[in-house]
Amino acid sequence: MRKNLFNVGALVRGFSTTFSYIFKKKPTIEYPSVKKQHAPRFHGLHELRRYGDGKERCIGCELCAIACPANAITVIGAENTPLDRRSPGERYAASYEIDELRCIFCGLCEEACPTDAIVLTPRFEMADYRRGAFVYAKDRLLVPPEAGVGTPPDERPNGIPADLGAVMRVKDTVDVAQGYEATNRGHILKTQRRGLAAGPIADQSS
Amino acid sequence: MSAPIWLIVLIKAIVVLAVVITTFAYSMLFERKIMGWMQLRPGPNRVGPWGLLQPAADAVKMIFKEDLTPDTADPLIYRLAPFISLVCAMGAFAIIPFSASSDGTLWSVGNVNAGILFVFALTSIGVYGISLAGWASGSKFPLLGSVRATAQMISYELSMTMSVIGVVILAGSTALGTIVDAQHRVWFIVPQIVGFIIYLITAVAETNRAPFDLVEAETELVGGFHTEYSGLRFGLFFIAEYLNMITVSCLATLLFLGGWNSPIPGLPSGGFVGLIWFLLKAGLFLFFYIWLRSTLPRFRYDRLMDFGWKVLLPVATLNLILTAVVVALWPAHA
Repeated sequence: MRKNLFNVGALVRGFSTTFSYIFKKKPTIEYPSVKKQHAPRFHGLHELRRYGDGKERCIGCELCAIACPANAITVIGAENTPLDRRSPGERYAASYEIDELRCIFCGLCEEACPTDAIVLTPRFEMADYRRGAFVYAKDRLLVPPEAGVGTPPDERPNGIPADLGAVMRVKDTVDVAQGYEATNRGHILKTQRRGLAAGPIADQSS
Repeated sequence: MSAPIWLIVLIKAIVVLAVVITTFAYSMLFERKIMGWMQLRPGPNRVGPWGLLQPAADAVKMIFKEDLTPDTADPLIYRLAPFISLVCAMGAFAIIPFSASSDGTLWSVGNVNAGILFVFALTSIGVYGISLAGWASGSKFPLLGSVRATAQMISYELSMTMSVIGVVILAGSTALGTIVDAQHRVWFIVPQIVGFIIYLITAVAETNRAPFDLVEAETELVGGFHTEYSGLRFGLFFIAEYLNMITVSCLATLLFLGGWNSPIPGLPSGGFVGLIWFLLKAGLFLFFYIWLRSTLPRFRYDRLMDFGWKVLLPVATLNLILTAVVVALWPAHA
């Protein structure tokens, strides 16, 4: 007890440490007013993409629903008719629902999709007061026709999409850089294994 | 004789009360900010610019929260306890002089010639607030907290009083104004450095602040003596704790740091300038409190007792004897 109590050197060190911390840069990101930059391939809210001519990419094959480990996806397909062609293929998704409360944001739906129709965007602010609001149907998943084709899976925008709100200040933090590197390394390895070059996937409709 | 004396005292009391309560509110914010910075956080910054309206938000929250009384509590004492704490904490400000005019008039509500004794008497009664709160809550954690409070107060008040008697011997008075005047040439921190250090330590223990916050000890006793309190009654304890902190800071300033005397020779001392000196010195103490809290972990209970009885008390006694002998042999030095 005596030894600890009269160890003045330790006391001085302790007090100088706390004092010097007053002037240190605070790592706090003041979240709603300042938004952190996510890694470009962050797994967030889903999006159903379109082709350049406005047709839906989804062909209602339900592979995403089968791949989903959380059983969060429900797809009901329907036949395209010559008068009402929703997608280039034979079928389209008459109903496409994702329960975002069940979803674990693993991205397996994105991997399973043969037409790159379903992708995970970096959007993550989905809070709501009603449970039902977390079941996202086509009205919220599908990219509006006027908004273009949607987010290509392999060339995500570097950072937060504009619709996340005004980004006042983006803090460049260490973990973002590390996360970026890690995801990119995995992506490059994967494409090399497949024997493909890493690059944007050509739009099939054009 | 233009205004009746009671009116003057009343006005003074209201002014002091208003200032002290505001100081309390902002010392809380000050503490949260400084502690936040020391822990690499920005601290409260959502309410108003730089979080300046945080005290107002806290007050509104305290007032509107439900005031619960446990079934097992002794209702009368349970409700009385916070008021004992608060009244004692506020009472001390009645005699603390914040500055003095050039003709020697003290800037305080009342001038008691046994000022220092009055303050110690009040803070001793203040312990009853904490002890009774814990005892009347009818629950185990508050009881443990109040038992600790009683033991801690008895152990540390002794050393604290001893350290202050040294100053009283040097000044030859228990009146706070006279004590400050006696430090006109040299502050008592110089001849009474041992007493000052003991006062510094015991003052932290007296106000139940970290690292001597065994009375509250969140990690072991939930909230200590105020575990069962909520709403405004909890707020009263909170105010009392911070007011006690301000009181011991003011006392340290008056007893050891020369009160409203200027730290640089030649600069004016009394009046408004003196008030600024006083506030700066007291503010320094408050900062030290916060600094201490974010630096040191809590004492273990037996070590607290060990330290109080086996280290502080003997050292304080020796210091007192030495001071008394020196003053008796060479009265001119006093």
